[in-house]
Amino acid sequence: MDLATFFIQCLNALQYGLLLFLVASGLTLIFGIMGVINLAHGSFYMIGAYLAYALAPLVAATFGGGFFTVLAIGLVLAVLLGYVLEWAFFSFLYQREHLQQVLMTYGLILVFEELRSMLVGDDVHGVPVPPLLAGTLPLGDVMTYPVYRLFVSAVCLLLAGAMYLVFTRTRLGMMIRAGSAGPAQREMVQSLGVDIKFLYRVVFAAGVAIAVLAGMVAAPVSSVYPGMGNTVLIICFVVVVIGGIGSIRGALLAALLIGIVDTFGKVLLPQAAGVLVYVLMALILLWKPDGLFRAG
Amino acid sequence: MMGVHRRPDVRLAFVIAVFVLLALLPFTAGGYALDLITKTMIYAIFALSLELLVGSTGLVCFGQAAFFGIGAYGAVLWSPQADAASLLWLLPACVGAAALYALAVGALSLRTRGVYFIMVTLAFAQMAFYVVHDTPLGGGTDGIYLNVKPVLGSVLDLGHSGVFYSVTLASLAAVFGGLALLLRSRFGRALAGIKANEQRMRATGFSTYGYKLAAFVLAGAIAGLAGFLFAVKDGYVNPELLGWHLSASVLIMIILGGLGHLRGALIGAFAFALLQEFFKSEAIFGAFAKHWSLGLGLSIIACVALLPRGLVGVPALLRERLFGTRRATVDEVIDGGV
Amino acid sequence: MAASDILLRGHEISRRWGGLVALDGVSLALRRGRVHAVIGTNGAGKSTLINILSGEVAPSGGRVELLGQDVTAWPQPRRARAGLGRSYQRNTIYPDFTVFENCRLAAQARTQRPWAWWQSAQACEASSSAAHDAARRAGLDDALDRSAGLLSHGQKRQLEIAMCLATQPEVLLLDEPLAGMGAEETERMLALLATLKAGHAILLVEHDMDAVFRIADELTVMVNGVVIASGEPAAVRSNAEVQAAYLGEQ
Repeated sequence: MDLATFFIQCLNALQYGLLLFLVASGLTLIFGIMGVINLAHGSFYMIGAYLAYALAPLVAATFGGGFFTVLAIGLVLAVLLGYVLEWAFFSFLYQREHLQQVLMTYGLILVFEELRSMLVGDDVHGVPVPPLLAGTLPLGDVMTYPVYRLFVSAVCLLLAGAMYLVFTRTRLGMMIRAGSAGPAQREMVQSLGVDIKFLYRVVFAAGVAIAVLAGMVAAPVSSVYPGMGNTVLIICFVVVVIGGIGSIRGALLAALLIGIVDTFGKVLLPQAAGVLVYVLMALILLWKPDGLFRAG
Repeated sequence: MMGVHRRPDVRLAFVIAVFVLLALLPFTAGGYALDLITKTMIYAIFALSLELLVGSTGLVCFGQAAFFGIGAYGAVLWSPQADAASLLWLLPACVGAAALYALAVGALSLRTRGVYFIMVTLAFAQMAFYVVHDTPLGGGTDGIYLNVKPVLGSVLDLGHSGVFYSVTLASLAAVFGGLALLLRSRFGRALAGIKANEQRMRATGFSTYGYKLAAFVLAGAIAGLAGFLFAVKDGYVNPELLGWHLSASVLIMIILGGLGHLRGALIGAFAFALLQEFFKSEAIFGAFAKHWSLGLGLSIIACVALLPRGLVGVPALLRERLFGTRRATVDEVIDGGV
Repeated sequence: MAASDILLRGHEISRRWGGLVALDGVSLALRRGRVHAVIGTNGAGKSTLINILSGEVAPSGGRVELLGQDVTAWPQPRRARAGLGRSYQRNTIYPDFTVFENCRLAAQARTQRPWAWWQSAQACEASSSAAHDAARRAGLDDALDRSAGLLSHGQKRQLEIAMCLATQPEVLLLDEPLAGMGAEETERMLALLATLKAGHAILLVEHDMDAVFRIADELTVMVNGVVIASGEPAAVRSNAEVQAAYLGEQ
């Protein structure tokens, strides 16, 4: 592998890893803070991708907007969806045992998949890259790299940075961090007068919005297909578990690790590509049974 | 003073009734129904294997499909191309292979706990999945076919659907009965203790790792048996038999039926299968039947919302609603988890 | 005091967690028929000590000898089978089982026979009689059929002791058995502990000073992982260092 190819693969690994991180961070927050295992989290990613596909013609027809308008509208819809979903469904799951949450959110996956099937169909689609970002960047003499992929990485980094700022610099972030260390800490936060219900709703809506955004942004890069939610879900659980439940730092490190292993794995060992991520997880968990980091 | 209400008779009667019904079914039902029930019985065996781990020992394994799939692939890979294999060695070989993989996975996974255990078991299942999916060993995504179904000398020909039904029913009964005995034995009570409070078990003198590993291997073997039967039934296997969707489905079945009870696995498997058939029925839903997942998903959500203890909790719930009585029953505790 | 009376001995036990020294050179001996109490402020290392003696935590240095054998490398279940019983500060009973089943399952550790899968555990004579015996000694024989989770707090603590007794141990490590008890329950528990003295060597970690001085035959005081005094309770009580470090500030 020459240097240019290596560099390209590094960029691909970074982009994939950051995208995974985005989706996984929502998952680990919801699990870490609210103690809810949400199998339907992958569905939000899928919803985002299909939104990018389905909204584009509508937006173009209505007010001639492009990709970024679609992003903005999708984001608003996502926050709304998250808010309503938490209020109508997830708020009842906090008291339930984990396995019951597994069952109920599995039912939700089926519902989402079928609703999508009824509204948009089961076909595989491509989403065009917005013209503004359709160019390529030269790397060395021969190779080029798509600008859009860099854009994806940039968006993920931006969101990661925003999350970091919110967590470390705002009161909301402080409450979130306090609540994510475990159920005892959660009760403590509550007894300090924090409106837990509102906090949960905000966190959940944010988690949903981030996953949807990730799906929308990723749509031009990966195709939009029915099983994409489940595929990303499993990988995200791997990220969360490797990184340590409730740990954003861990999720970032784990996601990048998986991005590297998966990307280079596909290039160097195509036959074993699928299994490498799981081998990695098994090795890490056997070395550190509680994941790389504890919550925080 | 809280009294003890023992109700083993009612539960046992229920289970016996189910088996009697299943035994009588071939005389009344048509080909399609029989085929469906046969498949459901195989899933029930599979569900029982997971119930041993999840409901009776508290080990949530998310990779049970790996053992199922190994049992299935073994049946096809080790059968001769044009001849019937002998059940006498093929069946033990398949079950043994599944048990062997369970031994390896269990020995390593049982070092972790909680959610991490769940994910490590998933990881090992995915490894097996990818071996079958991506290497020439398993025939790839197309899967492989079983040309001639195994026989037991001239006595049993599993190619005959009536014989196959009986063998499956007998296997289900044997597994159910065997597990019922096991759970009320010392070994089974030790598992219950490990589920309730592993620390106390260790403090008392039980080497819990050994017990958990034994349960894991046994569960893997039973799953392998189910997989073997599945492969023989349809004469076809593909990598999805080791996939996490199947692992998730069987987990859903036992949660739906009710954890901590063997009959929960039975009920859950049948309920899951029947719900699917109901929503797939074009006679009832017409063109909408192709969106059966929606109905299934909503049913699952409703079941969990209304029946926190699973379907086994229905009699108690009805008793409460109709008669307003709530009796503390400690029967499960004493009589094991039937 | 004959050396053969010593059932459990901890010799120069130390435990380090990274830079933190939890225990440093702690030695103690438990003799048959005597209650050896260990007291100390929070963070003195009492929990670490009892965990090392029971086998749940490995020491960084030192030895543990049970009935004359070096068991330092033995895991907890093995020590339990060799005659070491332990009760916990927070109940480790099985709340969904009956009182009888709690004791019987504990007793089963002595006659495990895991391969006899067709035999009902309830038919096991050995564990059943040991369970009846333990429950009776702990004063719970009129509550055998009750669900353990529904017992009063005092009864649950009694059950915790009963489960230790069910394995017929020689040595008992009791971690704050009086935790959360009212006056009447405390009296009952102390009476129970007095009856247990005869056959066993008992280690008692407790905060209740009155109880300790009533029942202890030997007393060890720990501060910051080190033993500052050990011996007859009366002597220890009048030790100036002990008074300054501990007894003064309760």
